[in-house]
Amino acid sequence: MSAPSREFDVEAIRADFPILTRMLDPDTPMIYLDGGATSQRPRQVIDAEVSYLYSDNAAVKRGAHRMAGLATDAYEGARERIAEFIGAPSPDEVVFTKNATEALNLVAHSLGSGDASTPPRLRVREGDEILVTEMEHHANLVPWQELARRTGATLRWIPVADDFTLDLTDLDSLVTERTKVIAFTHQSNVLGTLNPVGRLVEAARGVGALTVLDAAQSAPHMPFDVAELGVDLVALSGHKMLGPTGIGVLWGRYELLEQMPPFLTGGSMIELVDMERSTFAEPPARFEAGTPPISQAVGLAAACDYLDALGMEQIAAHEKALTQQALAGLAGIDGVRIIGPALSAERSGAVSFDVAGRHPHDVGQVLDSLGIEVRVGHHCAWPLHRRFGVHGTTRASFSVHTTAAEVDAFVDGVAHTIDFFGSLS
Amino acid sequence: MSSPLSSLYTELVIEHDKRPLHAGLREPFTSEVHHVNPTCGDEITLRLQLTDGRTRIEDVSYDAVGCAMSRASASIMADLLIGRTTAEVEPVQEHFEAAMRSRGRLAGDEELIGDGIALLGAAKFPARVKCVLMSWKAYQAALVEAQTLGA
Repeated sequence: MSAPSREFDVEAIRADFPILTRMLDPDTPMIYLDGGATSQRPRQVIDAEVSYLYSDNAAVKRGAHRMAGLATDAYEGARERIAEFIGAPSPDEVVFTKNATEALNLVAHSLGSGDASTPPRLRVREGDEILVTEMEHHANLVPWQELARRTGATLRWIPVADDFTLDLTDLDSLVTERTKVIAFTHQSNVLGTLNPVGRLVEAARGVGALTVLDAAQSAPHMPFDVAELGVDLVALSGHKMLGPTGIGVLWGRYELLEQMPPFLTGGSMIELVDMERSTFAEPPARFEAGTPPISQAVGLAAACDYLDALGMEQIAAHEKALTQQALAGLAGIDGVRIIGPALSAERSGAVSFDVAGRHPHDVGQVLDSLGIEVRVGHHCAWPLHRRFGVHGTTRASFSVHTTAAEVDAFVDGVAHTIDFFGSLS
Repeated sequence: MSSPLSSLYTELVIEHDKRPLHAGLREPFTSEVHHVNPTCGDEITLRLQLTDGRTRIEDVSYDAVGCAMSRASASIMADLLIGRTTAEVEPVQEHFEAAMRSRGRLAGDEELIGDGIALLGAAKFPARVKCVLMSWKAYQAALVEAQTLGA
């Protein structure tokens, strides 16, 4: 069993997560291996949100009273913190959304607004092409399908190879002068595959296409820097990075956001309004119509503090050791097929697998009886499952608080599941 | 093994999952429906053959992809329905659905729902109720379609 690094004290970390002491039955502790769906929150995140609500809560960016000022400072302070966490050159490039899905929809709708005053680079029209990949979460697929449908553009996709990585063999013919957008996931929520961002950015730049990165699964688990990645727009999820639900982030290069038409409209995003028309505020306000998720932003900033204090390099190393342990353990069980690459630098801690002859719901049910909480089904990536001829998979995903003992229990649990159904037949 | 799990995967459920009754799509059929559970991707194509002025269920045939619970449910349901009139089946279906949605409060009347009693363990697992009811919903939709065809 691989021990986590000396400075990474998992037991101390676990003490920060009140929910981890929960029992599912009187003698069944809860083993939470579903951070890929939603992460548990440390006390520091919960406390930050509560503390804001206890002392500073008000509507932001309106009203002249002192409370409005305190709330606005908290909200804008959170924006600065998140900008720092992702390496954004300016907090004005950080847009708060409801979730990562809304961030991606924001981009897809803005690019398809049909506004003739928008520069051609930021307008998707009939005859244009949108390139995605076969391993996308529905959140980074369906908005592009819909954009293509609304505009008459063509949706194309990079296939996934048998080794669970993107098949870039035909990349040169998939990326054409007509390509306006390349939207892809940084890390597959099913396979764990980390995609070659640099290669895709280079291909996009060659034809002047925008790159949109779905970083919901990657940013919480490894050092993440938008400037280094070189992409144009990034979607993040608060609740997958130890933060609250109800908040996501769109990061975009300011020179692009500045020229992009709004998605949702209404209060807070305007410059001037008369009865016939309105003009819009500069980013990020232009993309934040209505009262934003304020306490959630404060909680998300606290999550960034928490992650940074642990160290993203250390988190990545910890989760890599657990992933290695899980892959090695599962490899020793007859009938288990890993749907994802072998451990290498290009993979992280989402481990999906098929158990021969058993539906993932049944597998998850037996694991749950042992207190092991995993995700089952198609994980919002239906086309990817079809690609590998499976109806669904069972997925364990590892977090900062996951222990080697929990991974052992999980591997034993999978073996037990096979025995359980074997004993019934 | 904890007891709730064995109340779910009863011998009868496992038997129906392994050797489903009336499985496969057959002709002739009065109506055909395709139902999907979008959260897990389970699917069923169900064909209903009615006779006697569309009052008697002559055949229920199906192709189901899903978990043990959903496959067993389709098998048990088909066996319960075939050969009866739609009127006879109505209280069966109503009672079964009520019991499934009761979170275990309704024990279920074996006289009425036969082997369906073996599926009721799932009533205590809210996430699995939909698995069990998918085929029953498909039957109801197929019935509506069959009875409104050319009507």
